[in-house]
Amino acid sequence: MIRRVKADLLTCLQGFRQTVFRSVGCGILACVPVQGMAHSLTPEKAPVQHWSFNGPLGHYDLAAVQRGYAVFAGVCAACHSLGAVHFSDLAAAGLSSEQVMALAATWKVPTGPGEPGQSTQRKGQPEDAFPAPYASPDAARAANNGAVPPDLSRVAIVYPGGPDRILALLTGYGAADPQDKPGIHANGFYNPYAIGHRTAMPPPLRDNAVVYADGTAATAAQEARDVTTFLAWVSSPHADSKRRLGVGVALYLCFLAILLVILKRRIWSHVAK
Amino acid sequence: MSDTVLEQQQGKVVQQAEAGIATRLATHMARFPMPRDLTFLWTVGAMLIAVLALMVASGLSLALSYTPNATLAFSSVEALERRAPSGWLLRSLHMTGASFFMLALYCHLLRGLIYRSYAPPRRGVWGVGVAVLVMVMVTAFAGYVLPWGQMSYWGADVAGKAVGAVPLVGPTLEAMFLGGDAPGTPTLHRMFVLHFTMAFTLVAAVVLHVAVLHGRGSSSPSGLSGQNPKRLLSFHPYFTVKDVLGVVLMALAFTLVMCFWPGLVSEAENYRPANPLHTPADIEPAWYFLPFYGMLQVVPSKFGGLVVSAGAVLVLFLVPRLDPKSHAATSPWWVSRFVAGAALSVLVLSFILVGLAGRHHVAGVWLTVGRLATLGFFAYFFGFLPWHARQARPEAQL
Ligand code: HEC
Repeated sequence: MIRRVKADLLTCLQGFRQTVFRSVGCGILACVPVQGMAHSLTPEKAPVQHWSFNGPLGHYDLAAVQRGYAVFAGVCAACHSLGAVHFSDLAAAGLSSEQVMALAATWKVPTGPGEPGQSTQRKGQPEDAFPAPYASPDAARAANNGAVPPDLSRVAIVYPGGPDRILALLTGYGAADPQDKPGIHANGFYNPYAIGHRTAMPPPLRDNAVVYADGTAATAAQEARDVTTFLAWVSSPHADSKRRLGVGVALYLCFLAILLVILKRRIWSHVAK
Repeated sequence: MSDTVLEQQQGKVVQQAEAGIATRLATHMARFPMPRDLTFLWTVGAMLIAVLALMVASGLSLALSYTPNATLAFSSVEALERRAPSGWLLRSLHMTGASFFMLALYCHLLRGLIYRSYAPPRRGVWGVGVAVLVMVMVTAFAGYVLPWGQMSYWGADVAGKAVGAVPLVGPTLEAMFLGGDAPGTPTLHRMFVLHFTMAFTLVAAVVLHVAVLHGRGSSSPSGLSGQNPKRLLSFHPYFTVKDVLGVVLMALAFTLVMCFWPGLVSEAENYRPANPLHTPADIEPAWYFLPFYGMLQVVPSKFGGLVVSAGAVLVLFLVPRLDPKSHAATSPWWVSRFVAGAALSVLVLSFILVGLAGRHHVAGVWLTVGRLATLGFFAYFFGFLPWHARQARPEAQL
């Protein structure tokens, strides 16, 4: 995953040599760090975390997913969309249908073209998707110093480094920038886990940014872990069902295979080689 | 009155004739004589049929909620995977199935090369088989474009440019393939129709492959001695039980990959929606195309790369001509033992290495590795096979 980020920079440096068929027009984002940069600006490797959902037999901590939703709704949703997810999807994180209804009603979604009502917004309903915070990419860019906050629906899969690096990014602010010389970095915040050690995202979390319904103390570190768990769950919400199915099916197939081995030996027992 | 009786009788006759065909087919299948020394490599064919059935069934269900439109395709797949009943299961079956199909196909093909299953009298079986391979590759490529993620889009873009490199007709072909200057909704329509129709054409081609095989009889690891009528066993129950066991073991591996290691058969970057304005740093096809992607890049000219890469598949059609001696022919023991083994190892190793080179963008040392591996790959077909054919003992030639 980090490999890909490195490749990002390499592609920019080596330009056309690498890909035969495309003159690689590297993305603007990927190129920004190259200007006047040293190689040490490749993102640092995020510390390895022990997530409950890691590994083939892991599972999501649904209490953490629910707390993480609170952080997303209270903090991240001001800038990030979650466009592929509908409120009703959260039922799979252990919410009852009444809870989903109540949760959806706390959101304002834009009214569609044919819908009645004066206002351009209405209360959310379970079948609505999470609304985007900005009307257009241009509006998003204008509000965020020229960067568009990416959609987070699949972020734990597509962000190189996965949940470990998301957590590291969210908690990686605050250290003094080792090469902070005025003028070199036009804008952005120092963060060793971001590409080029700079990110346009302001430090999003602070202690008590949200109040947890289950009474857990909302420290910034706790919020970061919970929202990362939420994003990991949102990125592959069916991983747990898949693993449960896998255990059952694999056991069944093992049993069947043993029976078939016995049957095969019997049938072939009188065949001379 | 008499009319209806007559009709009833006619109906009966037709029914009997139909039952006759079905019964005869079933009896033919059950009694079909097979060499008793077939190893488990010969069950891969049954696995392929099982996966093909799975692909058609899951694909038909997926097609019910897919929208081939550049603005809607990605979100229709998202909605399918997140909200359709068992949508996540159908999609992971189909994704895992694609990888398993290609893997099993490569194994099946390698078995054919190892045991010279292409030799007379089975040249027709081999030819239909290679045609199936080509069709599967086209189907797999078209299918990979459909979700309209970043890799779908840029994969179609690279393929379009590769086709465009053909002299004279290239630009026309590219425009026909993409349906415009760049991948978009017309491309999706083309790929969807291609994917869908190819799936059923494939089923027909596989039926043909098996029918031709039944006309010729199965090859065996021991060559002619295995074909001795006294050493044949009926398909049922001896090989039905063996094939079912093979399929169950494959299903087990399938389940483990699909449920516990899904990352092995999916490409993370394809979960980003297609973005024509942002070229990903790594444009990488699915793993089973990597060797051909590598060959595409090791040749300095675009068209040359296309010729080499397409040639690597098409050369398989020539195998029965390059090594024309019959299945019964024997070579000196040291040739069949050591030289053939070494040549096959070089072939497999080259295939893997050029795939790795493709993965590393054929830059730096990988360029040299990729070129050597490409040579190693073709050396098997144009060097070893003709040489091997000349080593056959004259008295054994039929
Ligand atoms: C003030 C607006 C704002 C808030 C609030 C915010 N972000 Fe961001 N975020 C951004 C911007 C802008 C970027 C793009 C940064 C860049 O490109 O340099 C970003 C980038 C990211 C990335 C990197 C994604 C990628 O693909 O590069 C992650 C992960 C992320 N945000 C997670 C979060 C989480 C989790 C929260 C809530 C705790 C959050 N953000 C809150 C503005 C915000």
